[in-house]
Amino acid sequence: MSMGMFFALLGAALAVGLAGAGSAMGVGIAGQAAAGVVAEEPGQFAKVLILQLLPGTQGIYGLLVAFITLSQVGVLGGNPVSDTATGLMYFAACMPIAVAGLISAIYQGKTSVASIGIVAKRPDQFGKAMLFPAMVETYAILSLLVSILALINIG
Amino acid sequence: MAIVEMKKLSVCALKTNRKGILETLQKLGVMEVTTAFAGDAGLEKMDTAEARSSFLKLADTLEHASRAIDACVPVKKGLLASLEGPDVVDRTQYDEYLKKKDSIAGEAAAILRAEKEIGEARGTILKDRARIEMLTPWLPLDVPMTFAGTDKTAAFIGTVNTAVDDASLYAAASANLEGESRVSADVIFSGVDQSGICVLCLKRDADTVSENLRRLGFARPAQIESKVPADGIRQAEEAIRTEEARIEKLTASIAEKASLKESFLILIDYYRTRAEKYRLLGTIPQSDKAFFLEGWVPASRAEDVSRLLTERYDAVVETETPGEDEVPPTLLHNNGFSRAVEPVVESYSLPTEGHVDPTVIMSFFYVIFFGMMLSDAGYGILMFAACAILLKKFPRMPAGTKGMLKLFFWGGLSTAFWGFMYGSFFGDVIDVAAKTFFGYTGGPILKPLWFAPLDNPMQLLMWCLLFGLIHLLTGLAIKGYEYIRRHDFVGFVSDVVSWFCLIIGLVLILLPTNLFASIAGMTIVFPSWLSLIAKGLTVIGLVVILLMSGRDKKNWGLRIALGAYDIYGVTSWLSDVLSYSRLLALGMATGVIASVVNMMASMFGGGVLGAILFTLIFLLGHTLNIGINALGAYVHTNRLQYVEFFGKFYDGGGKAFEPFRTANKYVEIKEDTTL
Repeated sequence: MSMGMFFALLGAALAVGLAGAGSAMGVGIAGQAAAGVVAEEPGQFAKVLILQLLPGTQGIYGLLVAFITLSQVGVLGGNPVSDTATGLMYFAACMPIAVAGLISAIYQGKTSVASIGIVAKRPDQFGKAMLFPAMVETYAILSLLVSILALINIG
Repeated sequence: MAIVEMKKLSVCALKTNRKGILETLQKLGVMEVTTAFAGDAGLEKMDTAEARSSFLKLADTLEHASRAIDACVPVKKGLLASLEGPDVVDRTQYDEYLKKKDSIAGEAAAILRAEKEIGEARGTILKDRARIEMLTPWLPLDVPMTFAGTDKTAAFIGTVNTAVDDASLYAAASANLEGESRVSADVIFSGVDQSGICVLCLKRDADTVSENLRRLGFARPAQIESKVPADGIRQAEEAIRTEEARIEKLTASIAEKASLKESFLILIDYYRTRAEKYRLLGTIPQSDKAFFLEGWVPASRAEDVSRLLTERYDAVVETETPGEDEVPPTLLHNNGFSRAVEPVVESYSLPTEGHVDPTVIMSFFYVIFFGMMLSDAGYGILMFAACAILLKKFPRMPAGTKGMLKLFFWGGLSTAFWGFMYGSFFGDVIDVAAKTFFGYTGGPILKPLWFAPLDNPMQLLMWCLLFGLIHLLTGLAIKGYEYIRRHDFVGFVSDVVSWFCLIIGLVLILLPTNLFASIAGMTIVFPSWLSLIAKGLTVIGLVVILLMSGRDKKNWGLRIALGAYDIYGVTSWLSDVLSYSRLLALGMATGVIASVVNMMASMFGGGVLGAILFTLIFLLGHTLNIGINALGAYVHTNRLQYVEFFGKFYDGGGKAFEPFRTANKYVEIKEDTTL
């Protein structure tokens, strides 16, 4: 029996697991800062909530890649992987979003904390504050793109 | 269109008309007063700080009072209450309230007094509670805690910091006593690290006993309590009951006045408006008989304002167009559609007079890109329907919220459009439901009008990058337009035309290559003349940039070096264009997650139970997806505008137009006459 299926599933698991872990950390630290602001100024709730949620998207991207993988390797549809080489290809295709998702979500969370600080002091600068975390996310989006394109072209 | 032209108005009028003129201007709210006070002889500024702060203080009192009423009579507020906007009062009713303003302010002060008393009563209750808590362990003691003894005896009442019982306390207290001694030792309460004791001894033994107890860590109680504990507790309980009754009475007295809240709110606005007037009054130069005003008025209103002031108040009004070195404040005015993205421009930076207002051009790209990223017909329809209903139902909602809803209204429409283009309606819910509940086995029911992203992602990626290129070149074109408006034709050719040549040339060179063919999966063959043009454009662009970028430098070596550095900027074009791949990535994210939700929902099969679970999961999952993806679409559309688009031409730096106006936060006055 080949290890193909195992590697494909490992890839999917890491994509959703690592990116999700990164998002959890990012959203977590941003949430702490947001809670502090709301304690002082409840009126800023909506704004800081948006900033808190920004690092949450990497987890979703990971889910997305995991789902596409599962639906191609016979778990949720498609044909089971029969050889190790194909399995390793799926594994490799999942890696960009797994790694970049994990790291970018953590750093996006830290940037969100700083941006929440901006909103606390100058609520009118929300537009600019939102942009800094969004910059970090670019790289998660780029890895998502490469992961998806790679997955689709294997299948 | 776009940036509203401003005129500078200089007003000189008699002091007798000062009140009338200021109030008229404030009511109109069309003039930003920016009087520069040069300190000329005979001109002085009035000190209005005191009057102003007294008005603000009154407003604060009223605000506190209305909050006190809210605390006593909770108002039920719906989820959408914040959308209702200020109440409308008509002028006669408003004037009615103003006549009674002193008595209303008196009522507010009374409410504040009552509130303060409530606070004090609460403080007393807390103190009494603490007293009860302190006394409760001492309950068995039947003398006051301050009891020091009788004629012949000395009493030690207090705590020691160990656990003791009667026998061990007696032994400890009576140690080292000579002869016949009489010591009575009682433990009132015993705890691990603190026990209450009462020791009685003869006066002559007092010193020894005191020394013995000191070794146990004896301390007299910190609080002086002259009553027997049981009586003290009773007294405190009585006091609490009295205070609670008082609080109840005071609360009722505040609640009685709840109907005054409306008048409070009106007066808060009134006093804030007056304070604003006095703030302005403090900034304008005045002589014995006259005063001067200067400020910006939108050109379209300048005529009206000037005529009004001249005719009604005999003022001398001069209207000027802004000079070279003056920067008027920025007020945007756009068509109803583009106005929706004005807040987006504002939150970046307002344009300055003499530059292009990017709002109109941006609005089209904004809505298209937002739709591409969210790209689901179901979500789009939901979003624009919800916004339409809210906008219709709450016509007087705060301006900021209204702008946001309008933005999402148009964004929702565009989302619905792209959803149908990509064939996505709540993901693939139509197919899934048909298969699960009705045994349908055919192909997709809702066919995409264009194509489904998952079927051919590379092709869509190319389209996204093309849209990006158009967006960026539009930005560059706006920059060119600004050069032409300034009659800087050299700059136009060397900074704009050159880049157009270079970028278009490079794209045309790239298209027929094998690289592009392998990426996009299609081969493009150009006729040889087109390839020649492509190469020609690229070379022309390169040469012009190389020679002209550093045109303000005399030194040719430096100039060429700067030019070469600018050519390196082509890499930033590459990364800018690639950045538009997020249009594809986010668009696919919405669709795929929606299908995940549908698939999970359909796992329980058909039948009634399946249908119920399907509905539950469907609602929950899609609510989550729409929320997170709408947020993503909003943030990343903003980013594409701010970073990629604005980066090509936009400086901003404008100051918002802030007219002198009424400070009405709670009520809106319906005027019977228009000025």
